[in-house]
Amino acid sequence: MTAQIVVKNLHKYFGKLEVLKGIDIEINKGEVICVIGPSGSGKSTFLRCLNRLEEPTDGEIVVDGETITAPGTDINKIRRHIGMVFQQFNLFPHLSAKQNIMMAPLELKIKNKKEAEEKALELLDRVGLSEKADVMPRQLSGGQQQRVAIARALAMEPDIMLFDEPTSALDPEMVGEVLAVMKELASMGMTMVVVTHEMGFARDAADRVIFMDEGIIMEEAVPEEMFTNPKNPRTSEFLNKVLTT
Amino acid sequence: MKIMKSFKLTKTLYSFIFVLIFWYLLHISVKTAAIPSPYETIVNFVEIFPQKLSLHLGASMGRVFLALGISIVLGSMIGIWTGISPKADSMISPLVYLLYPIPKIAFLPILMILFGLGDLPKILLIVIIIIFQFTMAARDGVKEIPRELTYSVKSLGLTKPQMYLHLVIPAILPKIITTARISLGAAVSVLFFAENFATTYGIGYFIMNQWAMVNYKEMFSGILALSLAGFVIFLIIDLIENIVCKWVQQGRQE
Repeated sequence: MTAQIVVKNLHKYFGKLEVLKGIDIEINKGEVICVIGPSGSGKSTFLRCLNRLEEPTDGEIVVDGETITAPGTDINKIRRHIGMVFQQFNLFPHLSAKQNIMMAPLELKIKNKKEAEEKALELLDRVGLSEKADVMPRQLSGGQQQRVAIARALAMEPDIMLFDEPTSALDPEMVGEVLAVMKELASMGMTMVVVTHEMGFARDAADRVIFMDEGIIMEEAVPEEMFTNPKNPRTSEFLNKVLTT
Repeated sequence: MKIMKSFKLTKTLYSFIFVLIFWYLLHISVKTAAIPSPYETIVNFVEIFPQKLSLHLGASMGRVFLALGISIVLGSMIGIWTGISPKADSMISPLVYLLYPIPKIAFLPILMILFGLGDLPKILLIVIIIIFQFTMAARDGVKEIPRELTYSVKSLGLTKPQMYLHLVIPAILPKIITTARISLGAAVSVLFFAENFATTYGIGYFIMNQWAMVNYKEMFSGILALSLAGFVIFLIIDLIENIVCKWVQQGRQE
């Protein structure tokens, strides 16, 4: 079986600063990967390289058999198959929840208005916000906005979903509702790469957990092993810190 | 919403009454023909508006709208460009800072020599005075767009023109409208000045001409017309804001 995402020797510099120092990983279809690690470890940069929101300085990324780092790749076309959800919810402030979800499929002429609307309502139902279809983002809570953001990414019917600390900007009482939506997504077989500080989520939902530090993958293991028996001393140090606080 | 509206109406009414009382007090205390009573003026205004005043006012408003329109479109486009491209920013921003504080109103004679005596120099004068505000507003609006928001639009696979339409323009629109509101006062003042030269139709010309002919009643009618026109344009800008920036309004009511 060939992997859905293959990353080979990925390097990223910001000026002279080397943020990613050679990442190699293969992610299979339907796999849920949680990326953990201290801030500044390069987790978010790694994630953003996967749809080239950051241009890799060196290395190769292959998604569904296509080398997306090759020159001349139509990156917009590839991005349409890779949904992404951010820490800040980033909804369009001038569009209602439903319109936010309908926007990309309509603009890119993937769906007509009726289809896009049906899909939007279906997705809103899935994230538990059917009654908020016509509400503007400012009138939604953080957790609700993030769920709309997930629905917006799903409206493009992506094969892969990337999550960049999706619960970090939320009030604690709203984290659960967002994680629940993500868990449901994972159980439906979506390929997911999740940068997160929610160790509980990583333990429950991940197939593999990756610990990143100083721009490299320090350790990678199934959650059981990562959380109970980490091999790398840096991993145990990090886990001790986050799990005791 | 209904309560808000009627509240606004009473507020407007209240300010009208306040102005009228102030005007009347001025009239009886100063005791000069230069300040006719509100009553006389309004009667005169109603009398001369259809035949005379409306022509002058129409000509002036046409110039103001054209100048505002040109400034908004051109100024915003330059501003968006400077906001997006660091290269354009390093070229244009210093130029804007250098030219903006120059009292360009003094250039009217030059504009009239270059572009003749018609509408063009008047409109151009307003444009070169107010366009800078729009450029700066648009530039700052673009720069304030959070990086993450740009990421998320990109991650949806949207193309460049779609990004402008759904990310950039909504981000600068509220700023542009505020700027339009602020620039309106400047635009009308500049126009009033410009219309004093080689003009046959224009409210500025009308007012100064009535003054020269010691026809204070009509002069004041002209001032009243200009004030009302300013007020109406203000309302129009509010209306446009309500339509195109609905989401900002909704946020404010929260």
